[in-house]
Amino acid sequence: MAAMQAGEHRLTSDRVISAKDLSLTFQTNDGPVHALKDVNLDVEKGDFVSFIGPSGCGKTTFLRCMADLEHPTGGSITVNGASAQEARRARAYGYVFQAAGLYPWRSIGGNIRLPLEIMGYSKSEQDRRVREVLELVDLAGFEKKFPWQLSGGMQQRASIARALAFDADILLMDEPFGALDEIVRDHLNEQLLSLWERTHKTICFVTHSIPEAVYLSTRIVVMSPRPGRITDVIESPLPRERPLEIRDTPEFIEIAHRVRDGLRAGHGDEV
Amino acid sequence: MRNLVPVLTVVCALFAIWYAAAVWLNAPWAYNKAERAGTELAFTELVADTWSQEKPKLPAPHQVGAEIWNTTGAMVASGRGFSKRSLIFHSWVTFSATALGFLLGTGLGIALAIGIVYNRTMDMSVMPWVIASQTIPILAIAPMIIVVLNAVGISGLLPKAMISMYLSFFPVVVGMVKGLRSPGPMQLDQMRTWNATPAQTFWKLRLPSSMPYLFTSLKIGMAASLVGAIVGELPTGAVAGLGARLLAGSYYGQTVQIWSALIMAATLAAVLVGLIGVIQRIVLKRMGMA
Repeated sequence: MAAMQAGEHRLTSDRVISAKDLSLTFQTNDGPVHALKDVNLDVEKGDFVSFIGPSGCGKTTFLRCMADLEHPTGGSITVNGASAQEARRARAYGYVFQAAGLYPWRSIGGNIRLPLEIMGYSKSEQDRRVREVLELVDLAGFEKKFPWQLSGGMQQRASIARALAFDADILLMDEPFGALDEIVRDHLNEQLLSLWERTHKTICFVTHSIPEAVYLSTRIVVMSPRPGRITDVIESPLPRERPLEIRDTPEFIEIAHRVRDGLRAGHGDEV
Repeated sequence: MRNLVPVLTVVCALFAIWYAAAVWLNAPWAYNKAERAGTELAFTELVADTWSQEKPKLPAPHQVGAEIWNTTGAMVASGRGFSKRSLIFHSWVTFSATALGFLLGTGLGIALAIGIVYNRTMDMSVMPWVIASQTIPILAIAPMIIVVLNAVGISGLLPKAMISMYLSFFPVVVGMVKGLRSPGPMQLDQMRTWNATPAQTFWKLRLPSSMPYLFTSLKIGMAASLVGAIVGELPTGAVAGLGARLLAGSYYGQTVQIWSALIMAATLAAVLVGLIGVIQRIVLKRMGMA
């Protein structure tokens, strides 16, 4: 219900992603699995939306629906005003997976160049963009290095640079820092925020870390499983400028508390 | 260098066993000869005899070594390096059939693998035939290939290469199917998010990912190719090649000649497979996959 309200009072602004009664049911040998059921959500331009919930709540599935990697069995989803498939064909978004997935046979520069080659950018344009995004993720000078010469955090930054290289307005991130340790994760969260500040992208970010979600987001979407659905949408009152210390403020702790309550409520009496 | 001592130890042990076996296997003939001459054989005489017979059951290493030298190095020294009696000539004949068959087999194997990976009908139908083709004894089918190709006017190098191809395409198909399918769902999804065409996915992801599998297959394919070329030389009536030397040797009981051809074939195989190994190491190292 909160999702509906959140969507309605924003009718006037630019809507980048809009899901209406979105459902996705997988047919398995153990009967149908409702990965998503009647999900309604609107994402506005420039939003940083986090999706949080226990495994099986459909947060990744929802993100994959936006990316046209899964096909909903009910309802509708539009991305940039078009269908998800059209948006994918128009290369409307960059997608960052949990693993960096860099090709070992390509240098860092070569990896970032890969989507540009596929999309047919000219050689000089490729060079320019590679240099630009490497600077953006603080990896300038690493263009000629190979993935194995970089730490896990640096590899993930390179994969973010790759997703940024073709300058899509939307960045979809599926637990991009899930496999990294706490210290590296803090650092990357800080960098991601400043990157978002500078590029004005719309970011959808899947995570299962409450502090990460609260620290990064303008809106936090709390989801729960069986069937996968949205239980709460929290508008963050935190300012856009967020030093790491903001995590010790009462506002921050209050939002984190509300997220935790939402997660617990969604889980019902199973925990 | 660290491996030198163990390797030399094994080589020495093999030679010791070989020499001992030569004494044991050739002794009956030596005793037989001595009995007919009415003499007794001392142990040293026995050993000397068993290691120097003209048509021994098992020639001693130095006999084989001498034969190889006489048919390679010595002939080169006397300027007849490529005469029909030279092992270099026969090795070259076998090598050219092996190399051509290997190239054809690798090409066929990669083509079939691409078909199997990209075409559902081929995926379901081709593999059983590929496996069935390898259950037929090559000795049975080799003469057929020679005869049939001869009937349509193809003779010489190509029929032997076809037999090599028949043996060498199999490991390439199996390895490349696995290799082309090695990219995970995430890597394929990633290509999808960039709206890559199937051709781009093939050239930029599937083919590079399959390289480690390809090289492993190529090594097996190369060895199989050589076997195919040698087998292909048998039914053609022992004209030329290492297979012809083997056949001629067995006709006339020239065991020394058989063994020297065998050692030559083994050396050729080792060199060819080793060559692929070197290329593999360089390529995979440059690709960051070694």
